[in-house]
Amino acid sequence: MIKGMKTLGLKRKILEVKDLHVHFYTYAGVVKAISGVSFEIYEGETFCLVGETGCGKSVTSRAITKLIESPGKIVKGQVLFYRDGSPIDLLKLSDEELRRIRGREIAYIFQDPTAALDPLYSVGYQIAETMVAHNTATWKEAFRRAVDILKSVLIPDPEKRVKNYPHELSGGMKQRVVIGISLSNKPKLLIADEPTTAVDVTIQAQILDLLRKLRQEEKMTLLLITHNMGVVAEMCDRVAVMYAGKIVEIGTVHQIFKNPQHPYTKGLLKAVPNPLIKIEKLESIPGTVPNLIFPPSGCRFHPRCPRKLDICDKKEPPLIEVEEGHKVACWLYVK
Amino acid sequence: MPEPLVRVENLKKYFPIKGIFFTRAHVKAVDGVSFEIYRGETLGLVGESGCGKSTTGRLLIRLLEPTAGHVYFEGKNIFKLKGEELKRFRRKAQIILQDPYSSLNPRMTIFEIINEALEVHNIKVPDKEEFIVDWLRRVGLERHHLYRYPHEFSGGQRQRIAIVRSLIIKPEFVVLDEPTSALDVSVQAQILDMLKEFQRELNLTYLFISHDLGVVKYMSDRIAVMYLGKIVELAPADELFEKPLHPYTQMLLSSIPIPDPEYALKKPKVKVIGEPPSPINPPPGCRFHPRCPRKLDICDKKEPPLIEVERDHYVACWLYAKK
Ligand SMILES: Nc1ncnc2c1ncn2[C@@H]1O[C@H](COP(=O)(O)OP(=O)(O)OP(=O)(O)O)[C@@H](O)[C@H]1O
Ligand SMILES: Nc1ncnc2c1ncn2[C@@H]1O[C@H](COP(=O)(O)OP(=O)(O)OP(=O)(O)O)[C@@H](O)[C@H]1O
Ligand code: SF4
Ligand SMILES: [Mg+2]
Ligand SMILES: [Mg+2]
Repeated sequence: MIKGMKTLGLKRKILEVKDLHVHFYTYAGVVKAISGVSFEIYEGETFCLVGETGCGKSVTSRAITKLIESPGKIVKGQVLFYRDGSPIDLLKLSDEELRRIRGREIAYIFQDPTAALDPLYSVGYQIAETMVAHNTATWKEAFRRAVDILKSVLIPDPEKRVKNYPHELSGGMKQRVVIGISLSNKPKLLIADEPTTAVDVTIQAQILDLLRKLRQEEKMTLLLITHNMGVVAEMCDRVAVMYAGKIVEIGTVHQIFKNPQHPYTKGLLKAVPNPLIKIEKLESIPGTVPNLIFPPSGCRFHPRCPRKLDICDKKEPPLIEVEEGHKVACWLYVK
Repeated sequence: MPEPLVRVENLKKYFPIKGIFFTRAHVKAVDGVSFEIYRGETLGLVGESGCGKSTTGRLLIRLLEPTAGHVYFEGKNIFKLKGEELKRFRRKAQIILQDPYSSLNPRMTIFEIINEALEVHNIKVPDKEEFIVDWLRRVGLERHHLYRYPHEFSGGQRQRIAIVRSLIIKPEFVVLDEPTSALDVSVQAQILDMLKEFQRELNLTYLFISHDLGVVKYMSDRIAVMYLGKIVELAPADELFEKPLHPYTQMLLSSIPIPDPEYALKKPKVKVIGEPPSPINPPPGCRFHPRCPRKLDICDKKEPPLIEVERDHYVACWLYAKK
């Protein structure tokens, strides 16, 4: 079976983001960090957001549970979370209601494990605390379960390690503890924002393996954010490619890698040196990513696009379906 | 084989660290490496964080003094150079770092930054401004950038400025220490191709350091793999990827995520065991033995020598050495 295809048949939504806009009100001007982002995630799949620095991946993932702090503001949009089939709009919930969902039904893993752990408490305490805070266990029970959790994230000697403080662990182990904490309440949706960017490639392989294994065992849905096309290819069922605050293309991992449509996606794929292929010359995308205070008119990619049409700098291209499950926002495909 | 431009012999660098009371402890950052770099080639140096890549690079251009060992540049021991000879070496051997933010003085204009390099190395040209503008154009910058400050440029543009500053003085050997690690892939590709073009045009010799194996493969003629201060394998780039011999190289290569979803399904997997230990007390014998899936009895007792097992393919592992 072709990877990614299975989710097309599945079609039970767990999350639906609709026309999301987030702005940051800075001294230099209003940063339109994301502008009209829409996608849906199906139960049990791994969905990737991929794109270069500043394209809005983290802001999108944080906005899902309103984790946007001043000077940022969610100015428009809906985030529908499907609980037992019926949707609730997370953006309409109170902070208190969201706190109950966050860390329980929807959990996060961020890039920097050091920042996510409190240096003053043992890792066992920090895992237990998440369970107690959400009333899923008593302290006693939670401490006992912390050992199992450390075991499940493949930490050697879990009985000893629960008593360790963060500084006593290596970077790779810390990230596994963070994953353990996020899994402690068996979330339905795990949002992992660049979980392996700060670690070495062999440790990355271990952590990705672990995420794959846990996703299967716990029947979790994974929203994975990365800028690494290799990670996308190895982990994801479906992918959304972001550029300058918008989704430019979305499809199964197979569609995106074997049949990319958007000139940006094509450029991005050709710019990554695949070590298994003999490459004479990499193709690069000219120019740099735009400033989001004054984003380019029309299609935001037009100043760098090798196939720009007359209309491209005038009107914004709609995201249209080019084959089943494969959408692209580019004037080349609008009839 | 042509005469090597750089020859490294049993090079070591230990950094002293504070122990308890008067005990002495050392970080064995580089612990006896030997290799050669030929004129006009790119030698890639890969390995995980802390294995000693940057320390090796800095030793090769004498930004650090070694604990032991030698580096010969054009046949001369660089650690013995003095006066005029040392000055000449300083011009011929340059380094370009990952973070152009910290290597460009924020209070100087681009003109001042590049001009400083020309002055330090006493390079006389009839019209400096024209000369610099000419170079800026070659990296895609313009005359109007001359009197701007580093913070007004993007990361990719700053790296171009750093490249001009290093290459305008006509070096022969350049250590590139993760030159694109801070950049986005689309910009990375621009810089890599630019570095390749300059190499051809100016007949430069590169030591290319990176932890991104795809990038190293694209840039290098030969690749050396480091683990805990040692070179464990050295081979022509294509051969290293097609036929990695050292168990560590095999683990490293199988860990790289490949941007091809079909390949991802059938990719050979070497299970990653443990994490790299500390370079303060490296394991005895082969330093990789605690993580090695193919460990032999001898491996934790005696250190394997780096031997040529096939033409130009060196490996330090007891699986391939005579015991
Ligand atoms: N607190 C903030 N104040 C102002 N602008 C912000 C703030 N946070 C994010 N932004 C802007 O929002 C845009 C999107 O940022 P985001 O962090 O989502 O990017 P990203 O895709 O996650 O990038 P990276 O790969 O670097 O993590 C960027 O242009 C960024 O400058
Ligand atoms: N000035 C120093 N004093 C003490 N220890 C040092 C010093 N410089 C480097 N080290 C140590 O030497 C070892 C090798 O460091 P080095 O920077 O050469 O590694 P690297 O391979 O370049 O790693 P990275 O991929 O993280 O850049 C590390 O353990 C490092 O902590
Ligand atoms: S020398 Fe032994 S321990 Fe080291 S890599 Fe070879 S087989 Fe493994
Ligand atoms: Mg981010
Ligand atoms: Mg380094």
